[in-house]
Amino acid sequence: MASSGKLAAQALAVAAVVGLLALLVWKVTHQPGSGVEKALSAGKHPPAPLFTLARLDRPGRLSLTSLRGKAVVVNFWASWCRPCKEELPVLEQTWRRYRDRGLVVVGIDAQDFSGDAKRFARKYGITYPIVHDGPGATLGRYGVTGFPETFFVDRTGRLVGAHISGSILSNRKIKAEFEASVRRALGS
Amino acid sequence: MRRLLVALLVPLTLAVAPAALASEQHPTLGELEGQVMCPTCHTTLDQSSSPVAERIRVFIRARIAAGDTRSGIKRELVAQFGPAILAAPPRRGFGLLAWWLPLVGLLAGIGAVSVAVWSWSRRREPTGPAQATAPLDPELEQRVDEELARLDA
Repeated sequence: MASSGKLAAQALAVAAVVGLLALLVWKVTHQPGSGVEKALSAGKHPPAPLFTLARLDRPGRLSLTSLRGKAVVVNFWASWCRPCKEELPVLEQTWRRYRDRGLVVVGIDAQDFSGDAKRFARKYGITYPIVHDGPGATLGRYGVTGFPETFFVDRTGRLVGAHISGSILSNRKIKAEFEASVRRALGS
Repeated sequence: MRRLLVALLVPLTLAVAPAALASEQHPTLGELEGQVMCPTCHTTLDQSSSPVAERIRVFIRARIAAGDTRSGIKRELVAQFGPAILAAPPRRGFGLLAWWLPLVGLLAGIGAVSVAVWSWSRRREPTGPAQATAPLDPELEQRVDEELARLDA
């Protein structure tokens, strides 16, 4: 009787350890966004992680699915990020230049005060749609590790081109990658 | 025993309650820095000098100056950054698990150790006296007697 109790306790302890190990493995293998990054760097075109977020430029919400059929430049930024400010004119220029051909630039303001982001957008004359993701829920899905970061979505909703980590204006090569990725997203 | 407990707890409660109330009504930046997380570096605010941590400090200072309560400031931060901005999980819903699970684990541990100690002590009881009364081998006993007699001589 005593030995069967001991056996049950040992089985319970082993089950608890196995359960915790399984949880750890699941957490490591399901790191959000890592799949997207891996796939992009392997030259694949995974579907862009979807989002529906509150707009800061006007009332209402904006979802990525509502932009299906358009090319989308997804730019992650925050008002407290200096390099984000530097690249704004390029994003604004790109939006104005290609909007008639079906390109939308979406600025995702993350880990930021929405009031700061609105003031920032007004001050620097941003006219493309901006949305607010205060908790940064979309960052993990895209694998964003810093600001700014830029992704390109084609008309079918798949990620294409480069994943630009840091300012578009960091150097000439990155600027060229940005322009090439915009063209790929547009399908031209 | 109960009177002693009351005598200890009442003055303690009376001493702590006004301080807690004052902290709720008039929070300080230093106190809130230890209770709020930096969203980009995942440490508490007092251990971070990142741009967003600096911005949150400015926000907290402004809210304190405007007379906001501690819970009011935290509420505003949660509305902007989500519940992960707080260093401690909320004391409701799923967050309750984080508060109660350590206590449940501690009680389970105490229970397991108590059961183990009780079972070990019961197992040892019958073996002690049996060993003490076991008779010596006659041959060995005779040899011991001879050795002792030789030592006495």
